[in-house]
Amino acid sequence: MFSETTYVQQVDNAMIFITAVSAVLLIVITALMIYFVIRYNRKRHPIAVQIEGNTKLEIAWTVIPIIIVMVMFWYGYIGYDTIMNPPADAYKIQVTGKMWVWEFNYPNGIKSDTLFVPYGKPIQCDLKSLDVNHSFYIPALRFKKDVMANRPTKVWFQPEKVGSYDIACAEYCGLNHWNMYTKLVVMPQADYDKWYAAELELQKPTVATTATAEPTK
Amino acid sequence: MSNSTFNSATDVSYLEYQGKHKGLAGWLLSVDHKRIALLYLFSVLSFFLVGLTFGFLMRLELIAPGRTIMDPQTYNSFFTLHGIIMIFLFVVPGLPAIFGNFFLPLVLGAPDVAFPRLNLLSWYLYIIGGAVALISVFLPGGPVDTGWTFYVPYSVRTNTNVIPAMVGAFILGFSSIVTGLNFVVTIHRMRAKGMTFFRMPLFSWSLYATSWIQVLATPIIGITLIMVIFERVFKVGIFDPTLGGDPVLYQHLFWIYSHPAVYIMILPAMGVISEIIPVFSRKTIFGYKFIAFSSLGIAFFGSLVWAHHMFTSGMSTTASIIFSLLTFLVAIPSAVKVFNWVATLYKGSISLEPPMLYALAFIFLFSIGGFTGLIQGALSVDLHIHDTSFIVAHFHYVMFGGTGFGIFAGLHYWFPKMFGRKYNLKVATGAFWALFVGFNLLYFPMFIMGWLGMPRRYYDYLPEFTIYHQISTYGSWILVTAVLVMFGNFLSAIRKGEKTSEPNTWGGTTLEWETTTPPPLLNFKEAPVVTGEPYHYGDAAESAGKEAK
Repeated sequence: MFSETTYVQQVDNAMIFITAVSAVLLIVITALMIYFVIRYNRKRHPIAVQIEGNTKLEIAWTVIPIIIVMVMFWYGYIGYDTIMNPPADAYKIQVTGKMWVWEFNYPNGIKSDTLFVPYGKPIQCDLKSLDVNHSFYIPALRFKKDVMANRPTKVWFQPEKVGSYDIACAEYCGLNHWNMYTKLVVMPQADYDKWYAAELELQKPTVATTATAEPTK
Repeated sequence: MSNSTFNSATDVSYLEYQGKHKGLAGWLLSVDHKRIALLYLFSVLSFFLVGLTFGFLMRLELIAPGRTIMDPQTYNSFFTLHGIIMIFLFVVPGLPAIFGNFFLPLVLGAPDVAFPRLNLLSWYLYIIGGAVALISVFLPGGPVDTGWTFYVPYSVRTNTNVIPAMVGAFILGFSSIVTGLNFVVTIHRMRAKGMTFFRMPLFSWSLYATSWIQVLATPIIGITLIMVIFERVFKVGIFDPTLGGDPVLYQHLFWIYSHPAVYIMILPAMGVISEIIPVFSRKTIFGYKFIAFSSLGIAFFGSLVWAHHMFTSGMSTTASIIFSLLTFLVAIPSAVKVFNWVATLYKGSISLEPPMLYALAFIFLFSIGGFTGLIQGALSVDLHIHDTSFIVAHFHYVMFGGTGFGIFAGLHYWFPKMFGRKYNLKVATGAFWALFVGFNLLYFPMFIMGWLGMPRRYYDYLPEFTIYHQISTYGSWILVTAVLVMFGNFLSAIRKGEKTSEPNTWGGTTLEWETTTPPPLLNFKEAPVVTGEPYHYGDAAESAGKEAK
């Protein structure tokens, strides 16, 4: 049923579902409070009617919310299950965070400070930090993942549109945490191949040394 | 105790009573729980004003993109200090140490807490801890800039004064443990004759649950902070990954305390609301036992949800699922409380004096805080909104809209009993509405910004967020004004407010309203004997029989 939806839609669906249910409940609670305050105002209703409780009602408003929140949990789990399981054929890019820049390393050894990816392919980002904790956050793609030293993490996504999106750091990392912004640029495969080849040419001398020192898996 | 002291201890109020020490020493060395409560009242609210100032200045910085009034380093220190002060010095001790101290013995019909000297010690620990934290601001190295969460490895690497701030928090932890221990023993041993557990007012139930968390969870933060200090000084390698440690382990240990701490903060506020709603509805509380047990339920389940702060940390899927499920379940006892409070209003005889306004606002704001908690509890959604201003909005709705409003509700409710003076009701009502409007203007835009991708702890922001930041800053001006008017109202009432010796200001039925106003040193002329339920209005038994059908 949900296999056709993308991760972003799954997050938005969960958000919309929980917010809508919450809004209805909040409105009911608030409306009842206001109604009771007006209807049973002391001038209009000087003698209170004593009611000590009602066990059936207590059971109802315990059990029904449990069912509701379990549905909410399920909505949240669907998207989580998607993002925790990258497809085996995902295109892998190494993301390195350090105070206060991002660096992206591609399979052929080139690197960039903006994340360029081809449209139409699942992309897997392997995350590591060279210093303190960071968090790799792309709001448009609805995810973030913490980036730590000596404790690799990963995240994957499949861009739905060609375009450029903000990448932010979401784990406080000191002085310029607020300025650790870069861009994700999604390009058609042909443009990407062109950029990739050109970069390889430009970065050849450095690529040769890093490639021997650190062979890509 | 000689007969003459005994008489003066029950005849004159605790404010006039002359013990061994006179003047200022009569306060600083007093072991009377009511005087200690007032020491706490003034120190906690002073720290609150300091924290409020930091918050106000941060909002001012954020009114427009780019630099407005401070540099990034100052901003980073400000949000850290704002967090440390508000959490450790205002919200955690606020209700238990002020109102718990003053009213727990009174509502139980006891002459004092179980360990009066320990009680005074806890205030001194509080002051020493607060002083150490404040002094750290002025030491060379500069004020701490880690965020109140002290996340490793940043807290191990920064050159700012992390250690003094942590020592401050460590000492404050002991103050909290001592208070909790004192209250647990007081509730078990000091209840008036005839007061069974199920005849205790709900405020005592909430303090009972709170105290257990304080005793059981606080040592963990103490140990964790000590480990970070060791890590900084000796490079041990517990948490710092470059030394072979695990930064996620730190997060687990930190939140094992700090999430239950959230319930330390909110439970007593729920207790205050459970006192105020029946009194201003002239009606017995709906579902007494369900409210009482929901406090224990929150305390228990609340201890098992800490890792929902860590869904993005690369924790295993299994752990994430368990903690998400438990997070959704911990919402249930809170929901049960809300439903019971609203049901208490039904067919009541309601008057909207300031304490009731704060109580109703608490229900509304806390509900928003709770519902947005569900949004974050959902695993996938949390990956998006975690560490954004959505979270900032959420916890301000819970901690300020909840606990803060709970503290203000308690202050308006119990002020006449504490000081024997009346405050100006009109000013209080005006300040309430301004606070309510300012609060929502200040924090609601943060939900929207957060959903749109505005990360938290940001000195600056992208231009598209400007409008939300501006509204938020305008809200902060209204909020700060309202708080100052409210406090001014209380201060002028203490100095020249109309005196009152009316024992029962609002028509309450719990024991604190039976003694004289302000209460004598030993609280009651004769030890009270309890024969029935705490919220007994009208002929409860008869009409309840009719209505419950």
